[in-house]
Amino acid sequence: METLTYLKNFTEVAEEEIMKPGHVACPGCGAALAMRLALKTLGRNTILIFPACCWAVIDGPFPYSACNVPVFQVAFETAAITAGAIRAGLNATGKKGINVVAWAGDGGTMDIGFGQLSAAAERNDDIIYVCYDNEAYMNTGIQRSSATPWGAWTTTTPGKDFKKEKKKNLLEIMAAHRVPYAASTTIAYPDDLVHKFRKAMSIEGFRIIHIFSPCPPGHKALEKDSILEARYAVESRVFPLYEVEAGTHYTLSKNPPQRPVNDYLSLQGRFRHLTEEQRDYIQKNVNAEWARLMHHMRVSEAITNEHPA
Amino acid sequence: MQKILTGNQSAAWGAMCARAQVVSAYPITPQTTIIEELADIVAKGLLDAQFIKVESEHSAMAGCIGAQAAGARTFTATSAQGLALMHEMLHWAALARLPVVMANVNRAMAPGWSIWTDQNDSLAQRDTGWLQYYCESNQEVLDTVIQGYKVAEIVNLPVMLVLDAFFLSHTYEAVDIPGQERTSEYLPPYKPSIYLDVDDPHAFGGIVPQDIYMEFRYKMQVAMNEALEAAEQADRDFKTMFGRGYGLIEPYRLEGADYVLATSGTVTSTARSVIDDLRDKGHSIGLLKMKLLRPFPVELVRGVLAGRKRVAVLDRDICVGMGGIWTQEIRNALYHLPEDQRPSVYGYIVGLGGRDVKPETIEKIALDVQKRPIEEGEQVWIGLKE
Repeated sequence: METLTYLKNFTEVAEEEIMKPGHVACPGCGAALAMRLALKTLGRNTILIFPACCWAVIDGPFPYSACNVPVFQVAFETAAITAGAIRAGLNATGKKGINVVAWAGDGGTMDIGFGQLSAAAERNDDIIYVCYDNEAYMNTGIQRSSATPWGAWTTTTPGKDFKKEKKKNLLEIMAAHRVPYAASTTIAYPDDLVHKFRKAMSIEGFRIIHIFSPCPPGHKALEKDSILEARYAVESRVFPLYEVEAGTHYTLSKNPPQRPVNDYLSLQGRFRHLTEEQRDYIQKNVNAEWARLMHHMRVSEAITNEHPA
Repeated sequence: MQKILTGNQSAAWGAMCARAQVVSAYPITPQTTIIEELADIVAKGLLDAQFIKVESEHSAMAGCIGAQAAGARTFTATSAQGLALMHEMLHWAALARLPVVMANVNRAMAPGWSIWTDQNDSLAQRDTGWLQYYCESNQEVLDTVIQGYKVAEIVNLPVMLVLDAFFLSHTYEAVDIPGQERTSEYLPPYKPSIYLDVDDPHAFGGIVPQDIYMEFRYKMQVAMNEALEAAEQADRDFKTMFGRGYGLIEPYRLEGADYVLATSGTVTSTARSVIDDLRDKGHSIGLLKMKLLRPFPVELVRGVLAGRKRVAVLDRDICVGMGGIWTQEIRNALYHLPEDQRPSVYGYIVGLGGRDVKPETIEKIALDVQKRPIEEGEQVWIGLKE
């Protein structure tokens, strides 16, 4: 198999815009940009599955669609199984070479669709599952999900009742399923995003890509700052970019100099209420999670070398 | 080919004859032997199908929806709690106009846990836009799977066929299996008019504004109307080819009868022998077997029941707060008959949670309906313990 390397330059990104103007995303929407880059990479031999999520709206009302590939809208909790079943239907009717892509938000992935996601991962369904994570139920108006980070305001975690629980760690849970490919990426690193879709396409079986996706109305951030917010999420190590192959082989994708987490928090009104102590608490947690990830990567690599499959 | 099969095995062999291409299923008592049999049929190479072993019934139906949308013929089976868990996806399959075929083994709803038959599980899904067939024998189960695909694929609506837990699901009968080749003459390979096609991309299921949603629903109603004709035709064609037909309803010994028992499922077989006895004793009573619940064969039921004195509907179900569901359906169908033609409709609740409906039970009802005052006939519970 051809070894995929990072893009040498952006001319490697397909010029053709498969996603067309006319979508109805909010200005500065990370999920819209993620789709644009993803479709450029996936190409036209792609079927998209949207559960209830922002993209169920962004694509446009009947009979319009911004995606220019077949789109199948499905019930909230069914993106993973529907994608797997579409693959079964394609296999049954002899159709090959099609990317079947479930494209779901964080609520559809980590809350209501979590059981079905786990089942599809365990069955190793031959799909690419994308979670574009804007860290709350943004389509219904900013309610907390299990992907909402500690400290964030949402409409269901208002005032002093800001979220007191930590964000669910999707990638580690998926790695524990030992799926062929799991990766995190974000829109501030289009080279990384395109690379990860290309890599996912080169692998068979269950693949998942977790995209950090800024949401200006939900994060109470400026529309012009979406890319900056995504970049700061990576630089502050709030959202590390890495890959896990076969659930055990870890690769860190980006390792820029560490930025204080407060730079990231300060871009967003949803963290405005936090005291200095609370911000320190977040910084400590971020540092600990990063250290845990680094340790995990080293240990996992060593064990894989000791016990080759 | 003749085989000795249970009702559940008959459902599986029906899917085999119909060449289901994707099976998406989850086990539940008393449905399990359907999917065990199908897994065996697939493993032995008798059916070239993808079998998705899902983690819930909700996913079983979502799986049928996805595979059907990709252009494949799909099959699943469930029961009771499983069917209830599917509820959201039942609406989805119907509104997406996907001709999925499913067997439901009637089982009483919990709590308390019951694995035995009654019809509340399937009747509670009446309004989801599925066709519903109720079966009386194992042969009818197998034949209805095949007919179900025929009708579903003409009108682009899903079909549920229903069989009683244990009385059919686990009871053996001799069943004629037409085989894939003869079945294919009756039911050609699935050729969907619309499916997810990368060469002709469309978006399915996006937001529908207020000014067109009603039209989508109206088209479903039109398709359901067409399904009546399609189901009659499918049954006639089936009879021509295989020598067996069932009708959408079946009048049994109704010639000149003033009184009528209306039944569905396996209670019908018991009622046949009771009616034979009563006829021999000179009672003016016959039987109406209800097979199709949706679309409801209003004209047929009206035609058969017009001019009778009284109808006793046996409901192995209860819509708490209103009475038997078949009773409501039949009474509703008769409302517009002229008054002198319109029989009184009595509702009898029987056999819930698998309680046996014996010949004595049915005879009691047959005699009761002939003398009970109408104001006491709305909802009669039979065999209640003190």
